[in-house]
Amino acid sequence: MKKIIQSTPGPQGGKSRLGAWFSMVGKDLRVNKSIYALAIPGIIYYIVFHYFPMYGVTIAFKEYSQKFGIMGSPWVGLVNFRDFFGGIFAWRVIRNTLLINFYELLYVFPLPILLAILLNELRNQTYKRVVQTITYLPHFISSVVICGMIVDFVSPNGFITQFVNMLTGNNYVNLLLQEEFFRTIYVSSDIWQGIGWSSIIYLAAITGIDMELYEAASIDGAKKMRQLWHITLPGIAPTIVTMFILQVGKMMTLGADKIILLYNPVIYETADVISSHVYRKGLIDNNPSYSAAVGLFNSVINCVLVFSANHVSRKVSGSSLY
Amino acid sequence: MNNKIKRSLPEKLFNVFNILLLAGLSLVTLYPVLHVVFASFSDPVEYMKHTGIMTGPVGFSLEAYKRVLEKPEIYTGYFNTIYYVVVGTVINMALTVSFGYVLSRKNLYFNKFIMIMVLFSMYFGGGLIPTYLVVRSLGIMDTRWAVILPTAISTFNLIIMRTAFQGVPISLEEAAKVDGMKPLGILVKIMIPLTSPTIAVLVLYYAVHHWNTWFQAAIYLRDAKLYPLQLYLREILILNDQEDMLIASQTAEQMALSSIIKYATIIIATVPILVLYPFLQKYFTKGIMVGAVKG
Repeated sequence: MKKIIQSTPGPQGGKSRLGAWFSMVGKDLRVNKSIYALAIPGIIYYIVFHYFPMYGVTIAFKEYSQKFGIMGSPWVGLVNFRDFFGGIFAWRVIRNTLLINFYELLYVFPLPILLAILLNELRNQTYKRVVQTITYLPHFISSVVICGMIVDFVSPNGFITQFVNMLTGNNYVNLLLQEEFFRTIYVSSDIWQGIGWSSIIYLAAITGIDMELYEAASIDGAKKMRQLWHITLPGIAPTIVTMFILQVGKMMTLGADKIILLYNPVIYETADVISSHVYRKGLIDNNPSYSAAVGLFNSVINCVLVFSANHVSRKVSGSSLY
Repeated sequence: MNNKIKRSLPEKLFNVFNILLLAGLSLVTLYPVLHVVFASFSDPVEYMKHTGIMTGPVGFSLEAYKRVLEKPEIYTGYFNTIYYVVVGTVINMALTVSFGYVLSRKNLYFNKFIMIMVLFSMYFGGGLIPTYLVVRSLGIMDTRWAVILPTAISTFNLIIMRTAFQGVPISLEEAAKVDGMKPLGILVKIMIPLTSPTIAVLVLYYAVHHWNTWFQAAIYLRDAKLYPLQLYLREILILNDQEDMLIASQTAEQMALSSIIKYATIIIATVPILVLYPFLQKYFTKGIMVGAVKG
């Protein structure tokens, strides 16, 4: 109550209003100093590792050289952006980023929902637990090991290469040297790794549906398929929408990890995405300003996506993601 | 509920189909893992001749394991990874808990401002290169800090922690204040014990992150003595292989042996996770729910 009175502007005008604000802030800091002290390490972390880099992104408009540092390097305007959008890589990396995301939404996203529905139909609880334990397992294997396995399985004597050669009658030596296979390899390994784990949240949503709805429906003579269509799917729709929005919000962060592990120069045409391009140009070819410009482009698109995702989520499910 | 309702024929058919389908899915999911296990115990010469699905090791040889365990990098890698997991997670939790606690308090004037600062970092970031330059200018390149500090707080986990603290009844805190407890005392004696399920889940999340991560180590570390296990694995499993693949210099037999050595490496590097997994599974499952209700 006191706080409100103090922050209400007094009749004397602007100066005392500011004075009141200062005394209020001063009191807040004094009274709560030991609790604010707990926040200091966290605040320093965010300033150093999130806000300094945000300032550092100005090198996208500069010609960065280590000698002059971020602040002293000369401004060059939009040259770095022109280099990227005018170059041959822009279309390639943007197209690949969008295409891989599209396939992820098409295959990696819906399959866990299907799995959750099928798991829920199992009557034998032991069998259900066995299937769950097995399908969750790949989630716990590190991405380096997963990619190492893939690299070996698709190598000349790997079992996947053998299998594909048997099916198609071709004689591929190494599938990771074939442009046309990269997306398939990437997306199917994502399915393998994530299908079980991602189904957990949908399974929980299904468990949360009121059993009486099913009983009422079966008394009314509704068959399984109709129950699925009219009860289960509407029941988990909010979860599906939330997860979909979350997935869209993550689109631009695709790749740095698994793609850098899997790709090689022969298949850059289909495998190189924005984040791997940023990594390669900036840290390996040592071209920080150009790379920061591409990264900034990526961050801006990402910001728009996350912002819209949050907005849509608030509209649809009443709660924002962050 | 009446369980004796007679099931119709289509329903029975569906159930059989469902059981078979999920059995198939389990097999397909499990096979790559089994393949690695079987191959790692196989004899290189026989493995080279083998085609198709493996139902067990072909021949039997521990040669690959012997070779892997002779490499000192495996031990250094393991030591470093354990260091990053333990020290990294302790720092993560200290920062996440203390900062999350402050952010969960409602009566602080600057809270809203700090919260906006935190949330904004989820929408927009400087990106890879500017972060790299900051780390370099801090002078922590090529030290363990470069691996630990840049990810000292995950904003996602911070918000989960804050939500958990907000769920603790305010009356408990007020009673402690009346008894003259300081904020740090309240945090340690009241808030942390009451939110221990969430804390356990976050410890697990952070620890798994440190176990799996390789990218930061790859860009910030030059000194191979500091490499975490995953970075060694990347060299052994992927980089060497890319060279072989592009140059195609090996004979079939060498390739078979190097494959088997890779499989043995994978097993040695993944065994801890596979052993712990059955015990940790339920915490992870709980963690997904904690994340889902953060609101």
